[in-house]
Amino acid sequence: MLYRRIFIEKASTTWMVLSISIILVLPLLIGIGLYVKANPLFEYMSLGDLICSSTWLPNEKEFGFLPFILGSLHVTFIAFCLSAPVCLLSAIFLTQFSSKRFMYFMHPVIDILAGLPSVIYGVWGIIVIVPFISDYLAPLFGVKSSGYTILAGGIVLAVMCIPYILNMLIEVFNTVPAGLKEASLSLGATFWETVKHVVIKKGIPGIISAFGLGIAKAFGETMAVMMVVGNMVQTKFHLFDAGYPLPALIANNYGEMLSIPMYDSALMFSALLLFVIILLINLVFRYFIYRTKKYE
Amino acid sequence: MYLLKEEMIAHDKTINIMKTDIDTESVLQIKNLNVHAGDHHILKNINLRIPKNKVIVLLGPSGCGKTTLLKCMNRLTDINKELEVSGHIYIENDDILNTSTNVPLIRQKMGLLGQRPYPLPMSIYKNVAYGIRLKGVRDKKMINYSVEKHLKEVGLWDEVKDRLHHSPGILSIGQQQRLCLARGLAVKPRIILADEPTSALDPISSKIIENLFRDLKLNYTIILVTHVLRQAVRLADNVVFMSNGEIIEQGSPQKLFKHPKSAKLKEYMVNGN
Ligand SMILES: Nc1ncnc2c1ncn2[C@@H]1O[C@H](COP(=O)(O)OP(=O)(O)OP(=O)(O)O)[C@@H](O)[C@H]1O
Ligand SMILES: [Mg+2]
Repeated sequence: MLYRRIFIEKASTTWMVLSISIILVLPLLIGIGLYVKANPLFEYMSLGDLICSSTWLPNEKEFGFLPFILGSLHVTFIAFCLSAPVCLLSAIFLTQFSSKRFMYFMHPVIDILAGLPSVIYGVWGIIVIVPFISDYLAPLFGVKSSGYTILAGGIVLAVMCIPYILNMLIEVFNTVPAGLKEASLSLGATFWETVKHVVIKKGIPGIISAFGLGIAKAFGETMAVMMVVGNMVQTKFHLFDAGYPLPALIANNYGEMLSIPMYDSALMFSALLLFVIILLINLVFRYFIYRTKKYE
Repeated sequence: MYLLKEEMIAHDKTINIMKTDIDTESVLQIKNLNVHAGDHHILKNINLRIPKNKVIVLLGPSGCGKTTLLKCMNRLTDINKELEVSGHIYIENDDILNTSTNVPLIRQKMGLLGQRPYPLPMSIYKNVAYGIRLKGVRDKKMINYSVEKHLKEVGLWDEVKDRLHHSPGILSIGQQQRLCLARGLAVKPRIILADEPTSALDPISSKIIENLFRDLKLNYTIILVTHVLRQAVRLADNVVFMSNGEIIEQGSPQKLFKHPKSAKLKEYMVNGN
């Protein structure tokens, strides 16, 4: 009997260690795999040229990834600027000001938004956002635009990120203890002053990490963005011009990647770039959280 | 609202003069207070007079409504939307439950000390300055003066004077609790509401808080919730025993604990501690 229990004890621990090793090793394997596959490309061009050049002529073995990197950054930047304030304000409202009932009502709504497949967001972008930009918004600024633009990509991406970031922020604000709010109120603060000086301040590490994870997710989001962003290789940051983010490059071209020499390596390299950039975003935000926790 | 440093010192002096002629007129009077949460009748027709510059101890089994009663007194019940409060609470002839006075101003008349210390997420200095700034004081010198004075009042000044701009997280729980007391005193309350302020503390820190209360009662009225009978005996001028949302008995600790009238109090004294 005791044997059996000790055996189970050992076995379960082993399983846990095994599972965690898989989680640890997996990203490493992916990174190495991508690097190995992308390696032939480095014989043609240096890493600096690959990242900084903006000439994209696969047939002539000219692979400059700058337009794609910038495309991703532009779209992500717009998405962040649009979604961050909305998420922050709604999370504060839902956790601090609204009734419990309304919160119960909102939870499934947020979950539905979070669970929708990205194709649906893409389709919604095509039938609503794209025409809206080409017919109303662009003319308003005196610009002619097809509607398939960086702005459309950014808007669609923002809407996709909102439930994701919002859920995390709600979690963050719910963990601020009631006693802390009561302390601030009893010192004579109004409710809004309490939210500003105590709830938000206490939540800053959480807010930063929610935004960080949101940005990382936005950066890698492919399908919906690809459907509305226009997919044109260029480096300008103009809201009403088309762009071409990294993930879209991979998704659009993996089918023909073997037909052009070096093209497969180039696509693998773009995947590697994506991998590294998302890793960097995560590291930077981890560092921010560490800093704010330290000086809290 | 905006006092000069001299005026503040004068204010302190008048309080010191008042020490000598302690009057027993009540600062706080509760009439027919009822609190409901849905069907749950949490406080049942509470009537209570709190005399000035005394320590009133609220005693009673867990869940009898002591915390709720304290929260009514500074209207923290407002933020719990499921609580319905009715009745009257008079502080200085102002019925705070039915008044046009701003709620933050009412709350500044009471200092709240919780079961656990909740330092605000800012430096030690700013924790104490928080309430002073909310009162509209901007003069740096005066804020410095107040911060120092109130940290000294709770005996924390020497321990933190070199670390004023650190996070309160570096302090021990007992020190944090004294910091919370100091920041409450900094807004110059009339009444201190203390909800089991020593229950999370070690014996020595508890002793320090207890001794502070003994000094503070010269200038403030203290309403203290505690589960420690001996603490009640040591500190109380008046004990109010509650059970199940009602006030069962009240009186001086000597009278109440020597000759408990109700069966509930007898039982509480046997099992309660
Ligand atoms: N927001 C609320 N909603 C519903 N019921 C509540 C709420 N706050 C308190 N109660 C109920 O009111 C009763 C009294 O609670 P309270 O916290 O005042 O008790 P207490 O005397 O302070 O107990 P303890 O000694 O354990 O701190 C409890 O039965 C509790 O369940
Ligand atoms: Mg309580």
